[in-house]
Amino acid sequence: MNPDLRRERDAASFDAEKLTHILDGGPERTRRRREIENLILNDPDFKHEDLNFLTRSQRYEIAVRKSATMVKKLRDFGIADPEEIMWFKSFVHRGRPEPLDLHLGMFLPTLLHQATQEQQERFFMPAWNLEIIGTYAQTEMGHGTHLRGLETTATYDPKTQEFILNSPTVTSIKWWPGGLGKTSNHAIVLAQLYTKGECYGLHAFIVPIREIGTHKPLPGIIVGDIGPKFGYDEMDNGYLKMDNYRIPRENMLMKYAQVKPDGTYVKPLNNKLTYGTMVFVRSFLVGEAARSLSKACTIAIRYSLVRHQSEIQPGDPEPQILDFQTQQFKLFPLLATAFAFQFVGAYMKETYHRINVDISQGDLSELPELHALTAGLKAFTSWTANSGIEACRMACGGHGYSHCSGLPNIYVTFTPTCTFEGENTVMMLQTARFLIKSYDQVHSGKLVGGMVSYLNDLSSQRIQPQQVAAWPAMVDINSPDSLTEAYKCRAARLVEAAARNLQAELKHRKSKEIAWNLTSVDLVRASEAHCHYVVVKIFSGNLSKIDDKPIQTVLKNLCLLYALYGISQNSGDFLQGGILTESQLTQVNQRMKELLTIIRPNAAALVDAFDFQDVSLGSVLGRYDGNIYENMFEWAKKSPLNKTQVHESYYKHLKPLQSKL
Amino acid sequence: MANQIYSTVPRSSWNKRVNPDLDIERKNKSFNVERLTNILDGGAEFTQKRRQVGTYLQGLETTATYDASTQEFVLNTPTLSATKWWPGDLGRTATHALILANLYSSGRCHGMHGFILPIRSLQDHSPLPGITVGDIGPKMNFEQTDNGFLQLDHIRIPRENMLNRFSQVLPDGTYVKQGTPQSNYLTMIVLRVQLLASEFIPALVKACIIATRYSVVRHQSKIKPSEPEAKILDYQTQQQKLFPQLATAYAFHFIDEIVIEFFKKSYQEIINGNITNLPELHALSAGMKAMMSDHCILGAELCRRACGGHGYSLLSGLPSLVTKVTASCTYEGENTVLYLQTARFLLKNFLQVQSSQSTPTLPQSIQYLASAGSGRCPAQRTSDFLSPQLYTEAFAHVAARLIRNSAQKLHNLTSSGIDQYVAWNQTAILHLQAAKAHCYHFTVKTFVESLKKLEKEPEIYQVIKRLCDLYALHGLLSNLGDFLYDGYMSRAQVELATEAYFSLLSLIRKDAILLTDAFDFSDESLNSALGCYDGNVYERLFEWAQLSPTNTEGNPAYEKYLRPFLKNNRSKL
Repeated sequence: MNPDLRRERDAASFDAEKLTHILDGGPERTRRRREIENLILNDPDFKHEDLNFLTRSQRYEIAVRKSATMVKKLRDFGIADPEEIMWFKSFVHRGRPEPLDLHLGMFLPTLLHQATQEQQERFFMPAWNLEIIGTYAQTEMGHGTHLRGLETTATYDPKTQEFILNSPTVTSIKWWPGGLGKTSNHAIVLAQLYTKGECYGLHAFIVPIREIGTHKPLPGIIVGDIGPKFGYDEMDNGYLKMDNYRIPRENMLMKYAQVKPDGTYVKPLNNKLTYGTMVFVRSFLVGEAARSLSKACTIAIRYSLVRHQSEIQPGDPEPQILDFQTQQFKLFPLLATAFAFQFVGAYMKETYHRINVDISQGDLSELPELHALTAGLKAFTSWTANSGIEACRMACGGHGYSHCSGLPNIYVTFTPTCTFEGENTVMMLQTARFLIKSYDQVHSGKLVGGMVSYLNDLSSQRIQPQQVAAWPAMVDINSPDSLTEAYKCRAARLVEAAARNLQAELKHRKSKEIAWNLTSVDLVRASEAHCHYVVVKIFSGNLSKIDDKPIQTVLKNLCLLYALYGISQNSGDFLQGGILTESQLTQVNQRMKELLTIIRPNAAALVDAFDFQDVSLGSVLGRYDGNIYENMFEWAKKSPLNKTQVHESYYKHLKPLQSKL
Repeated sequence: MANQIYSTVPRSSWNKRVNPDLDIERKNKSFNVERLTNILDGGAEFTQKRRQVGTYLQGLETTATYDASTQEFVLNTPTLSATKWWPGDLGRTATHALILANLYSSGRCHGMHGFILPIRSLQDHSPLPGITVGDIGPKMNFEQTDNGFLQLDHIRIPRENMLNRFSQVLPDGTYVKQGTPQSNYLTMIVLRVQLLASEFIPALVKACIIATRYSVVRHQSKIKPSEPEAKILDYQTQQQKLFPQLATAYAFHFIDEIVIEFFKKSYQEIINGNITNLPELHALSAGMKAMMSDHCILGAELCRRACGGHGYSLLSGLPSLVTKVTASCTYEGENTVLYLQTARFLLKNFLQVQSSQSTPTLPQSIQYLASAGSGRCPAQRTSDFLSPQLYTEAFAHVAARLIRNSAQKLHNLTSSGIDQYVAWNQTAILHLQAAKAHCYHFTVKTFVESLKKLEKEPEIYQVIKRLCDLYALHGLLSNLGDFLYDGYMSRAQVELATEAYFSLLSLIRKDAILLTDAFDFSDESLNSALGCYDGNVYERLFEWAQLSPTNTEGNPAYEKYLRPFLKNNRSKL
């Protein structure tokens, strides 16, 4: 092991293993996760070349091979717990997407939830056995987050008892669904339902797209891959154009809404349940933000401990770059953010499961708040993680730009999270709608509960200048609880400001919608402040649950750093709101620098606690043993351009040119 | 990149029409686009011509030791970490390399110098004896450049292969300086200044063009329920993403002209032996390189994300722009290190201001240090924030305060007995902030100066002034804490500035497409299905995707892995 890293690990003030248990949710779960990881690590069937040296088609092929093997092995090993399946899948594919993602994650669950008994019998078992491979085709080339704008039509023909699916325009072509391009033979297609001359809105249809056996596209179906992307090389995101394509009436998913043989439409009883899937996916994405940022931090911090550069004092040996204050200032706030998001991810999962029990008992009361919260937190965490991963890459200097660092891959795999499953700005505005609704509710005299309960004590005189002087005395910059209060004040102030600006616009313009658009930048800021408050609250709330003293201390420092860094980056809000004075702000900046120094000795152990295996990181710079230079050299030698000493292009282009010049 | 092939294929009939949404944007001309293009090019004749043609150096461990007996330098990379890594074209293409190495002669080290080194045979291109060379493997971009590694095992080159414009080694090994050691920095400065115009700014400009054009073709949701789905550029949140980037693109374009002017003037002086301007030139090129690369990277990526899912497709052209410009944060000087170099220059001059009785003559870019005092922002109404003088002063005030503060904190530490190098590291974040504020002030001030030159053309002046105002106010509102901190601005003034900012967004909206057209980038150079001049976004996306090799070749993966898997399962049932 690299001597720098060994020394760093020995000097840690806490036991990294115990912190891993906390992050996993208990020692037993850590043990089981590692057991599953080792099952895959030692299995020759999952071995393959370094993906960095392969073409897109080769990467797709390896992913298909691994997915097929994975489905078989999951059954052989009898792994059935959803979370364990997720660990397995994510480790097999090393956190990358794979062609069966939508089959396993959308097609099968949608059949389970929305298919009738008859449809389950017809489709589920063949799909379970991969005879049917499906995808979920919702997004169109011209329409994304705004679902009502989708153009694909499904028109019922009572004469033949069939639906006619059609893509009427170029913008209506289904575009992006994963696994659609090459892998799937069926798709669940979302289309506007027309029967008896009426449009009944979006419904889901099971559409066969390729012939079973030959895998050739069926007549009337134009299907293919949408071409190269920023990342997602392994995934065949596809397009689908249907030309008056007929499917039997029984292929509409009819557990809720139905079309009778004569074309009569029967309305569904309750539609709120579809919220459930969205909430689940978005809360899962919060966890993904935490994992991706944690990986990037692990790589950048380990590299900064091994890399030596410049001199702090002339004549001294070159120090580890993590000893530079500017490097600490780049990385430690991100490390603190990664821990914060880990706890938020766990909180979201817990809350989802709790509320799911309520929902199954028919209690939907908490769903609106959870829906608003997951939308905002998905946007807040993915935006932050997105820029954080990129900052980690840049903190690794030139080597961060090489694929051997693993960081470019983490970035391109993660960044679509900002736009898929609801574009982030739109998500923030959904949260804002809930905040404004709650604010109006308080003003009409009704109390609100949950995370927005702070709006209850927002009697407007507290924002008045004469009262402001009372606030700063309350903020203790060494207390996570007190800082949570400060964030709460900021959220309250920005929600109130947005609500008042909205009112003012309404007076000028009359139209509610135009006023909303002209206030939307303020509304997004209010949502961000709300989410920031929630994250600080959850992080500081977790500290008291930790028994191990050394770990509690180190996490408390990270929590303080997270909160103080956020204040320094948004100091305008805190000054403008009269929440902090100038001299407190100076203390915040001073304290933040002290925390950098305090956290420094535990940096190696803190990233070790995330417990990523080297193959998961896929990074030469982030190797556990820190032997980066030797391995970088070995890695580069494997590059296909190095297969011959003289590349053929030399004979083809350069040599002839040289003789002419 | 693969998509470069696609843009040359013949297109279908849709190519003959311009997307009506985009067409309408071009109808209401508030200024002459061609004239603005000419201004951007530096004159009508240049537009015509253009259209016709279509880090830490001391630490490197490579050594060059002079051998007087053979009059040769012996180049060596003694350890693995001294292996040269990254130079472009080294892996496969280059026959010679320009190597920076520590020069040893007559038993002494004379610091970094440049050497020309043959690395491959001119006959058969094989590496010369003693040279280990190769490609360093795949990267985020630059796939066409074979960035290479190079290990040298006691390679001998003739004495004449040392670059000796500013210093030389005589045949007997005597080292002779010509000019000053700082002159060696000149090569670096030249590179940095060239990069601004050739690499960073075009990346941001192109990203702005693509994202803005796409945003008037793309419709989503409704602003009012009774109306059709709106162009996404009509959403305030989309304007807030894109217009500050557009303003930055214009700001950088004009600032670059001024930097180059200053550079040319100083370069001539330095060649003639007058190095008075060298420290400022060095600080300015370092700071501008860092700031422009930071902002162009962030801006290009922001434009990419503002295009939603389609921005993730390589066919949008945006990922390639982003991955190319993003490498700039580290090459030719890592940005943090560069900011700190600027900070050293600021600190030095600040101390001079402080110690001298009379006002010293300061380099032009920091004259504000002598005049910026403890005043208050005088704004009383919204329109006051549209005064270039007012916001330029505000930026000067903040920069001066942060420089003063960083000097003060450094002084406190050193006077309490802490070693000056340790003290510098402990205050590095403050110096970084000071340098950033200084650079911001410089860009605002310079944009305002360029604006003055346009006063004779009122229509163009008006649209560019809005961009200048937006650039400044966006900078102010994104760093609000700095302006509120010492009470320079009041909370009420923040409200006024915000109001001014929002009013600019809707004014710029009207001219947005024409402002991107004025940059006059051809479809070929944009190479984007989303950003073409005619706006036929969806038709082009569909056509280009069908040409992808994944669609023209078969699907061996299905045959190999999925089909046998199915059979196997079926037989078990």
